[in-house]
Amino acid sequence: MTDAISAAGLVKTFGPTRALDGLDLAVQTGEVHGFLGPNGAGKSTTIRVLLGMMRVDAGTARLLGGDPWADATALHRRLAYVPGDVTLWPNLSGGEVIDLLGRMRGGLDKRRRADLLERFDLDPRKKGRAYSKGNRQKVALVAALASDVELLLLDEPTSGLDPLMEEAFRECIREERRRGDRTVLLSSHILSEVEALCDRLTIIRDGRAVETGTLADLRHLTRTSIQAELAAPANGLAALPGVHDLLAENGTVRFDVETAALDPVLRELAAAGVRSLVSRPPTLEELFLRHYDRTGAAGEKEPEVSR
Amino acid sequence: MKELTGTGKLIRLILRRDRWLMPLWVLFLGLVPISYVATINELFPTAAGRQEYAGASAHNAGFVALYGPLSGSSLGELVAWRAGFLPVMIGLFSILTVIRHTRTEEEAGRRELLGATVTGRHAGLAAALITTLAANAVLGAILAAGMIGQGLPTAGSWALGAGFASTGWVFAATAAVAAQLTSGAGSARGIAITILGTAYALRVAGDISDLSASGTLSWLSWLSPIGWAHRMYPYGQDEWWPLALAVGVIVVLTTAAVALSARRDIGAGLLPPRLGPATAAPGLRSPLALAWRLHRGLLAGWTAGFVALAVVMGYLAAGIGDLVRDNKEMMDIFARLGGVEGLIDNYLAGTLGLFGLVASAYAIQATLRLREEETSGRAEPVLGTAIGRIRWAGSHLAFSLLGPAVVLAAAGLAMGLTHGLNTGDVGREVPRVLAGAMVQLPAVWVLAAITVLLFGALPRLAAIGWGPLVICLLFGLVGTAMGLDQRVLDISPFTHLPRLPGGEFGVAPLVWLVAIAAGVTAAGLTTLRRRDLPTT
Ligand SMILES: Nc1ncnc2c1ncn2[C@@H]1O[C@H](COP(=O)(O)OP(=O)(O)OP(=O)(O)O)[C@@H](O)[C@H]1O
Ligand SMILES: [Mg+2]
Repeated sequence: MTDAISAAGLVKTFGPTRALDGLDLAVQTGEVHGFLGPNGAGKSTTIRVLLGMMRVDAGTARLLGGDPWADATALHRRLAYVPGDVTLWPNLSGGEVIDLLGRMRGGLDKRRRADLLERFDLDPRKKGRAYSKGNRQKVALVAALASDVELLLLDEPTSGLDPLMEEAFRECIREERRRGDRTVLLSSHILSEVEALCDRLTIIRDGRAVETGTLADLRHLTRTSIQAELAAPANGLAALPGVHDLLAENGTVRFDVETAALDPVLRELAAAGVRSLVSRPPTLEELFLRHYDRTGAAGEKEPEVSR
Repeated sequence: MKELTGTGKLIRLILRRDRWLMPLWVLFLGLVPISYVATINELFPTAAGRQEYAGASAHNAGFVALYGPLSGSSLGELVAWRAGFLPVMIGLFSILTVIRHTRTEEEAGRRELLGATVTGRHAGLAAALITTLAANAVLGAILAAGMIGQGLPTAGSWALGAGFASTGWVFAATAAVAAQLTSGAGSARGIAITILGTAYALRVAGDISDLSASGTLSWLSWLSPIGWAHRMYPYGQDEWWPLALAVGVIVVLTTAAVALSARRDIGAGLLPPRLGPATAAPGLRSPLALAWRLHRGLLAGWTAGFVALAVVMGYLAAGIGDLVRDNKEMMDIFARLGGVEGLIDNYLAGTLGLFGLVASAYAIQATLRLREEETSGRAEPVLGTAIGRIRWAGSHLAFSLLGPAVVLAAAGLAMGLTHGLNTGDVGREVPRVLAGAMVQLPAVWVLAAITVLLFGALPRLAAIGWGPLVICLLFGLVGTAMGLDQRVLDISPFTHLPRLPGGEFGVAPLVWLVAIAAGVTAAGLTTLRRRDLPTT
């Protein structure tokens, strides 16, 4: 399958800030790709580069087979974009904005527009300033989702949506996914959203991709927490690869173990004699937080970050 | 008092944000009149020379329109009179400052951020007003001290300073009210500037009517705060009581602003928002159609303002001749300028030249909308569709380049028509005055083009586009009085325009100016194509 988006070694600096620092990103056609990272990691900057609004200092990017900078106008016919921070014109109604953006993109589906307005419970007659933040976001979402395009670039599209609307949004994206020919790049801070919607995801940090893969791949990178009461001390445990934060007292051990290292660790425990065992399954949340946490990462840098 | 908690902190914030802009304005506006003392002393070293100059100037309608009435011929009076246009600039400075720190903050949502901290309801308004009032007081004090330093009478110097400061105060208070009325900073600014323009027009109409024998409309000047400052006659009668008028108005307006602000929600205006259409009209499908929606209010406002001013100025034109016709001595002086006919043409051409300068303000304002669209994030969704940058920019430029053409044409027609109706020869006057208005256009375009180039090449500094206009305005208003070298004056595109009606018409300078404007605009668009977008 060809890639809808492929970027390699993107570098973008703003004065002393290196917003992108050798970013690689590959999004396959037809998939919903999650794009995560802490504040200031460079998500919005990447999306702006892909939209041809910013020029990179180094690296190459391809979008739908074209050059995002040179072929911007032609490419934009085939994609729709929802900015992270939607501002509307004070004297235009939401309905006017939806129609205008759709027409400038090359037309929009009237029936789908009506359907989306209903699902998002949006009054299209209000003027720009009268909308709340979530409703402004919905205007941009309806404008993007109602047009028949190959690629959706969504920059934190659900920020400000209430849980009901968040669910409506998820349902829309699931429909897109079922169609199979639409590609979605979805930047988000909400892990449950990404887990619910995305086929694959990329986590970036300080302008660089630190993880990328399917959800299953990434779960593989997560750690299981284990607490065990042992008959005899398991002295070999500390030496095993993949064991972290080991704590042993009064015959009880507590530690986190990487999924890949589970097998030898269990064997070691069994050898010592297990009296009781509690294990907490791996969550993406934990992986996610590990990448978000600035203080943690400095001391505990992943040896192998991307695969 | 609880309502004002935190005012001090907000004042400090305003001073921090305006630490360059405010001192610059204050120093500039305060020091310019001081520089006139030396110039006028040099040009007219003797009392007799000053008297002759004053005699001729006091009856020159063009001068009176610009500077106000001239009551005597002492050095101080001439200096104060020459500085007579500055109160308009001081008013403008005060309006822009107050709106920037009230409604603009509110519209951007920053007011809310601060409002949630320990600040009272009225703290924002109070801080903006206090800072602006103080800035004007400093301006007046600098002016007075400078004049006294130049050896002018103390009482007159203080009267001059107080008059200037009071104009600033009145318009600061006006802006404070305007900021409560609408939820958009742009329209609030528009309302306040329209009031400033009306005050100027009323003063001009009253003062010019005062020149004519009947003087039936001279009371109009008393409706204008700018007229009050002039009627203190610094260095002449040194009247202080017009200041009481100004103070009264300031108290009333400030009270009104506070009352209005207490009555409304943060972020809201007084007029309730109305619902719009659920779907867009079929025509709303291009960036040009969008630009029309965004610019039409501005265009209508400027056109209305220009037409109103043009009707007043056109109405006054025919009367210029009467001023001198029954004054033998004056007749001789003006015979050199081509007799009464030449005098009227001179007045028309001078007024149209001023219109050209003011139309440039519109052109620059409309061009800067591009930057506003970019920084507000509203350009982003448009550029995310199949609309290229050049088309997007071009759709706004259509209004910043053709808008002034519409405005000048409307003004030329209105002025030609009223003047023609007065003289009974509409067929002759309309095309002459219209031509005089339209020749301004190439110079207007040059100034707009400079702003386009700044927007493309140095977007963060796009507002510097106002700079060239200020220079042109200075040259136009005081250039010759300051005895500037012709080579310096030639920098201003307006210097090269034919003075119509009456003057010699040459195509060459117009072609040159249009070519320069086109080249600079093209350079601006090229740089826009290469740079990052959007930038903040
Ligand atoms: N126009 C700009 N000028 C200067 N610095 C910028 C600009 N745009 C982005 N940056 C910087 O680049 C870095 C990446 O910003 P970006 O907006 O891409 O982050 P993000 O991942 O979208 O963050 P968030 O989750 O908060 O939206 C930040 O440090 C930001 O300050
Ligand atoms: Mg972002």
